[in-house]
Amino acid sequence: MISELGHFLITLGLTLSVLQLVSGWLAAGNPTGMAAAIARRSSYSALAGVAVAFVLLITLFLQSDFSVAYVANHSHVDKPLFYKIAATWGGHEGSMLLWCLLLVGVGAALSRFALKDDPALRIRAVSIQGGLQLLFLGFLVFASNPFMRELDVPVSGAGLNPILQDPALAIHPPTLYIGYVGLSAAFSLAVAGLIEGRGGRAIAAALRPWALVAWTALTAGISLGAWWAYYELGWGGWWFWDPVENASFMPWLIAAALIHSAIATEKSGNFAGWTAFLAIIAFSMSTLGAFLVRSGVLTSVHAFALDPERGLWILAIMTILAGGGLSLFAFRSQLLGQGDGFALTSREAFIGANNLLLTVVAGTVLIGTLYPLLATALGATGISVGAAYFNLAATPLLAALLILLPLAPFLPWKKNGLNRSLALRASVWILPGVVAGVWAGWIGGSPVAIAAAALAGWTLAGLAADLWQHRTVALASAKAGLAARILAHAGVVAIALGAVADSTGEPETVATLATGERMNVGEYQLELTGVRRADGANYLADEARLDVEPGGELRPQRRFYAAADTTTREVSIRSGLDGDLYVSLGEPRARDDGEIAYEIRASFNPMVWLLGLGAFLIVLGGLAASVSRALDQTGRGDPS
Amino acid sequence: MIKLLLASLLLQGAQLSPQQEREAAELMREIRCVVCEGQSIADSDAALAQDMRAFVRNQIGAGADPDSVRIALAQTYGDEVLMRPRLNAQTLPLYLAPLLLLLAGAGLIGLASRKR
Repeated sequence: MISELGHFLITLGLTLSVLQLVSGWLAAGNPTGMAAAIARRSSYSALAGVAVAFVLLITLFLQSDFSVAYVANHSHVDKPLFYKIAATWGGHEGSMLLWCLLLVGVGAALSRFALKDDPALRIRAVSIQGGLQLLFLGFLVFASNPFMRELDVPVSGAGLNPILQDPALAIHPPTLYIGYVGLSAAFSLAVAGLIEGRGGRAIAAALRPWALVAWTALTAGISLGAWWAYYELGWGGWWFWDPVENASFMPWLIAAALIHSAIATEKSGNFAGWTAFLAIIAFSMSTLGAFLVRSGVLTSVHAFALDPERGLWILAIMTILAGGGLSLFAFRSQLLGQGDGFALTSREAFIGANNLLLTVVAGTVLIGTLYPLLATALGATGISVGAAYFNLAATPLLAALLILLPLAPFLPWKKNGLNRSLALRASVWILPGVVAGVWAGWIGGSPVAIAAAALAGWTLAGLAADLWQHRTVALASAKAGLAARILAHAGVVAIALGAVADSTGEPETVATLATGERMNVGEYQLELTGVRRADGANYLADEARLDVEPGGELRPQRRFYAAADTTTREVSIRSGLDGDLYVSLGEPRARDDGEIAYEIRASFNPMVWLLGLGAFLIVLGGLAASVSRALDQTGRGDPS
Repeated sequence: MIKLLLASLLLQGAQLSPQQEREAAELMREIRCVVCEGQSIADSDAALAQDMRAFVRNQIGAGADPDSVRIALAQTYGDEVLMRPRLNAQTLPLYLAPLLLLLAGAGLIGLASRKR
């Protein structure tokens, strides 16, 4: 009964989205009339319907109703309560329902909060969002229905892939999806603006707050995923340039470019077309991400749900979004208006350079990800593009970004700003860079580490100078804007440093130890003092106890999930300021004399905390920028 | 099975200097595991990856140049094990792409900067 109601509600959501699309479209001429009211109410009702459907799906999981195919395939009677709930979005159908819930949520939010002073543009955006809802709810109802019954009811359920049974991974998809789907608001507003013939400034101002929130959520979601990969996959890496990771990194890069170019467009009308273009591309990239994850066209450690037919659906949706959006852009972009022009060392030029570098990285990641696919289609075989290529191609671009970053806040809008006084001031920042570089060399860093430390010294000194220079800003919105800039940019530096520090770590040490035996990892000595059983609700586990000298004890586990017939490693990590001691437990092996020895993998990963700190600072910066934006709206101030 | 045993013997046999150890680890990160695509042999638990790791350590330990080990692996397992593909006619566009994008973008910014 519950599943039939759920099925009905998502179909209702689909119907209401059609109503929202059509009546919103008709209402654009008379944005306060009857049709507009219908469009708005449709968006609220669609949200209510899909939200209830989502709660019903959670209920089905709580009841372990295995007559529903999706529940049977992704849950298990033995699963702990929290993971029964999280399993709701652990598979394809449920995650698409979550996607649709957020999409109708954005539709209702646009109806309620967007553009109080421009109802015509708002209702047009609500209509476009209705179109997006139609596409994705159509996909949900016709090709990914989570409420489908199964005739052959299993007794206990197949269980979710055990490595997904993890707190970070339970909240990683919703956070990431808020980011992906949040970009749909920027898409709808840009398309609506092009249709309505609004100027570039108005469009940039309208979409920037939505893009900011989406980008912040995307940052948090990607970071959670990287953190999860670090401690759950059991080999100490956190970023693999895996196609699925690339799929989330591309919209992040594009959205980062978008929130910067929108500042320039709003300020001086420059990059008007570019800002609208990025808004269209950003959500198309989100959809491409869904396509890459769900279609299985690219083999990947993350592609848990492989289904080419669904891939075709998403490909069609993406073609409509990108194709439709970009054709509209081609025909209407002359209405966006021309910018005022700018000198080559103005703030605009540096924002342009930021956008250039970010989008070239995104383009490189896109080409690198799809290249093996294209090459195969063209008859070439045996080409694979992996981490080594992406590191090689992206590192110089990201380094250039860090060099230019601290200069931008000191440049004026439109006019040339690279004069003698700025050159003098910036030359002072070289000193901390040199000191940091020498320090890195002193502690035995590699050439890359020395370069990274020097760069970080330069950039952080510039950020400190920015903070000092602008400490007297009076407006609350300008204060929040300054905080946003400093926090987010310091976070970027921290991540760059953390990535380099981690890459300079020693390779992991693998040893087979019996109780009482020892191994050395860097400056640490590990002694296996015993192995005991540590079974959980739905798994069997061995837990090793390792005495660490100096100080401490680590307890990595090896778990066997019978329902899924899968073994996982639960690593044990001891974090410190200098880095993480990272230990995982492998297979037991019998030696010739019958003694049981365990494979232990251990490594020391330098300064991993920098990555977490960086992600945290960027998210804080994104939040501060949103606050600044809200304050700015209430009391029109100068956000520079 | 014999191959595996041999590999584990080699694994224990090869004694590498810290410098060689680093070279080997770096190389392993650039070689794709053939069984579980998408992971490098440094990250993979598969038996074949252990086999390949042993081969790498052994070769490096015997003083081989990382590039020659790379080529040897590509000849045995096919070019797709190279996560950083060799530069040839088929991969030239891949390596040119970032540069072309950068030039095109810089041109666009130049155009946008003009006063109208």
